[in-house]
Amino acid sequence: MKFGILVNEGPFTHQASDTAYQFTKAALAAGHEVPRVFFYFDGVNNANKLSEPQSDDRNLVKMWGALAAEHGVDLVVCVAAALRRGIKDEILAEGFRISGLGQLIEQSMGTDRSLVFGD
Amino acid sequence: MEVEFETEGVKKKFLFVNRKAPYGTIYALEILEMVLISAAFEQHAVIAFIDDGVFQIQKGHNPKAIGMKHFAPTFGVIEMEKEDADEDEDIDMVWRIVVEKESLEARGLTADDLAIDVDVLSSADLSALMNEQDVVLSA
Repeated sequence: MKFGILVNEGPFTHQASDTAYQFTKAALAAGHEVPRVFFYFDGVNNANKLSEPQSDDRNLVKMWGALAAEHGVDLVVCVAAALRRGIKDEILAEGFRISGLGQLIEQSMGTDRSLVFGD
Repeated sequence: MEVEFETEGVKKKFLFVNRKAPYGTIYALEILEMVLISAAFEQHAVIAFIDDGVFQIQKGHNPKAIGMKHFAPTFGVIEMEKEDADEDEDIDMVWRIVVEKESLEARGLTADDLAIDVDVLSSADLSALMNEQDVVLSA
């Protein structure tokens, strides 16, 4: 099955991004497809390469990037939500790209199930 | 890695669930941007207001004193998109704006308190409507 994922929260304050990551990883491991993960609201903060959690904690920004590299997942950050929060190309982490909200609608049209992870 | 989706001829039923108060968090403002973009793709859409989300379309917003953006007029744009979809026979797009009756009642509101024209649905009817949708996006 093809899943489209929407992440509505940033890393750390909420667990939503962790849960989305774990779901995506499990779905891919089970042979499903996750062509794209879209980041909206504070979810755009998942793409901030300046994020530096303490060494004994997980680094979600890097984890998303690694998962994307391994499985060819398209990590898309909404441009309007990103600009509001200072997420620009200069600080965009590996594996992410900035694009429009239309990419979320397209992903929802082109996948079998849409899942929202948020508050 | 950029991927492309096959969307030619795809027509889905989208449901946007607005659950949060208009101010206090950014959810109401940003989900509204999502709804507006979806119109460009000519998909069917239900825009639902439940829980504190019903306050988003209450009449008479004036957030000047708290320094927040006055985005309530944008709901009028959604109403216009719906009317365009209803009236233009060349557009194969059905839009509905619905509000949950129980959420209104719990907050002492009626449809007369709302700034836009909506269908008031019971929780059970809204649940049945949700069941019919292909894509549910909420905030």
